[in-house]
Amino acid sequence: MGIMAFTLTYNVALVMFGAGVLGVAAGVTGTFMFLRKRALLSDAISHATLPGLCGGFMLMVALGGTGRALEGLLLGSAISAALGLLAVNFLKSRTRLSEDAAIGAVLSSFFGLGIVMLTLIQNMSAGRQAGLDQLLLGSTAAMLREDAEMIAIGAALVFMVGLVLHRAMTLTAFDENFARALGLNVPLIDAAAMALVLAVTVAGLKIVGLILIVALLIIPPVTARLWSNRAAYIWPIAGAIGGASGLIGAGLSSLAPDLPTGAIIVLVAAGFFLISLLVAPARGVLASAMRHRKFQRRVHRRQGLLALAQGYRILEPYTRKLLQREGCVRADGVMTERGQSAATAAQRDEARLAYLRSKPDYAEFLSRHDGLSDLSRAFTRDELAHIDIRLEDAS
Amino acid sequence: MLRLHQNDQPLDPQSPLAIRGLSVSYGEKPALFSVDLTVAPRSMTAIIGPNGAGKSTLLKAALGVVPRLSGQVSIFGRALASERHRIAYVPQRASVDWDFPANVRDVVLMGLYGKIGLLRRIRRDDQAIAEDALARVGMQDFAHRQIGQLSGGQQQRVFLARSLAQNADLYLLDEPFAGVDAATEAAIISVLKKLKDEGKTVVAVHHDLSTVTAYFDHVAMINTRLIAEGPVAQAFTTAHLQEAYGGRLATAQIDRLREAGHY
Repeated sequence: MGIMAFTLTYNVALVMFGAGVLGVAAGVTGTFMFLRKRALLSDAISHATLPGLCGGFMLMVALGGTGRALEGLLLGSAISAALGLLAVNFLKSRTRLSEDAAIGAVLSSFFGLGIVMLTLIQNMSAGRQAGLDQLLLGSTAAMLREDAEMIAIGAALVFMVGLVLHRAMTLTAFDENFARALGLNVPLIDAAAMALVLAVTVAGLKIVGLILIVALLIIPPVTARLWSNRAAYIWPIAGAIGGASGLIGAGLSSLAPDLPTGAIIVLVAAGFFLISLLVAPARGVLASAMRHRKFQRRVHRRQGLLALAQGYRILEPYTRKLLQREGCVRADGVMTERGQSAATAAQRDEARLAYLRSKPDYAEFLSRHDGLSDLSRAFTRDELAHIDIRLEDAS
Repeated sequence: MLRLHQNDQPLDPQSPLAIRGLSVSYGEKPALFSVDLTVAPRSMTAIIGPNGAGKSTLLKAALGVVPRLSGQVSIFGRALASERHRIAYVPQRASVDWDFPANVRDVVLMGLYGKIGLLRRIRRDDQAIAEDALARVGMQDFAHRQIGQLSGGQQQRVFLARSLAQNADLYLLDEPFAGVDAATEAAIISVLKKLKDEGKTVVAVHHDLSTVTAYFDHVAMINTRLIAEGPVAQAFTTAHLQEAYGGRLATAQIDRLREAGHY
């Protein structure tokens, strides 16, 4: 019994490791597709694997085998995915169809054909135990050590190619014309990215399955985008999120062997996405809301101070509350001494700003300021003194 | 006046950019037809012509960014492939998505790609080149600014800084003054004139006829075909402008443009 438990743990660790490496590779590969705005193309590639998978199985059975050899299945799926990709490219370049329409047409046609073939196989005597349907959503229940090793090695290779190409890929994704002018072979870089997506899809068939692999390609970079405004950081963050999703998802899957592994891995990734959407500092919802709130507060404060400077009473309740909290007005909306000096300062800043705006030469200088906060935050004392001298000369 | 492709004429070995018999088409309609062009060394050349005349296409085809149907291109008398490192290309600002996750310095460092290649780490001297390029366009305070937060003029300066970081001998700019503020336009033209003083060659697609004589010393006028090329005084003439723009410019307008250079 103890030996059983040990082997089980070892197998789980192996599968988790394989899924983790796969996730890293998927995150890195997906980042290029995301930055290049072609994320959906991975969807076409993964769905187009199904007819090849079934074709590979049928061919192996016809040749007298059981049809279960993973190498044969993977080869078949790689071939049909490549055909699907060629079909998308053909439709895009030779017809007036846009890429998203071409993807939709190819994805659904290939997948439809694949489902028909899969149904035929499951009615065959050899097909019933083949477990091909497990390749749709992934399963680790019957995973062999060799399978896990093959997945990990394949994914590691993909990761390394991605690492070598990431700088060229970032450049291509941002400015294709500039990349071409530098002499970069853009079609080759795109083809390499497709090949990596294909490799991730095929390597991930067993664990994640072909329907959900696209999620593992897209969710990590989209999540990483929430955390960073720089491509240089999005690559590693996406790799880390993909890796963590694979690792945790495969681990959870071993506790619930009846559930498809791919679905669990993707749900873990989606969890990362949801949490990031809320809390990420760069583009998260909470951070955006807080920034907006802070901005609104500054607008109200500034408006209030300028109104005070012109001798108005503050009627807007939110503005009054803000200024009251700062000690600038009393509860009845009348200005205090402190409010008096803040209002004068605000008005002086407005005069300085109006002067700077009227002189085009200061446009660059002015762009350091956000138009709302105290000028002393954006400019040094010397700079302000310089402006004040000009301002006096002007008046 | 139609110049036909003449194979026996060798491409000028002195010229930073010599083009012979260049034709490009998108679909069946030619965008450029049998264009010959010999850019003078250390010149500032404006490529002008009406909308859809193939101005941008000329630069792109010269660089191999779009495929050419026919024609030859030589860079300093040699093949494009061996001389790419001597060229800096500034694409149209609107051709990229400025919401791309990058800051100003990241974009400028892209100009060093030819130098640092796929994998080499970015070193301190690379950073120094990028900072220097930003200082030359007056954007040194913006190195860490997200590119999405820049104004149009600032975006254009960042693109120019990226090309300066390339330290090239030939600068090809596609509409560098399109949609920028007056201060940026002045800053860009002063950078370009400095480049010329350093012995570099500048070629810019230009859309504002009123500044041609003030900014440039050479002009190439095209409308699918080459209409005229040469020093501004000789090529920027009423007859050529009328040929290039047809009825789109009144004679009175043209006279004013020509006079603009002689104030």
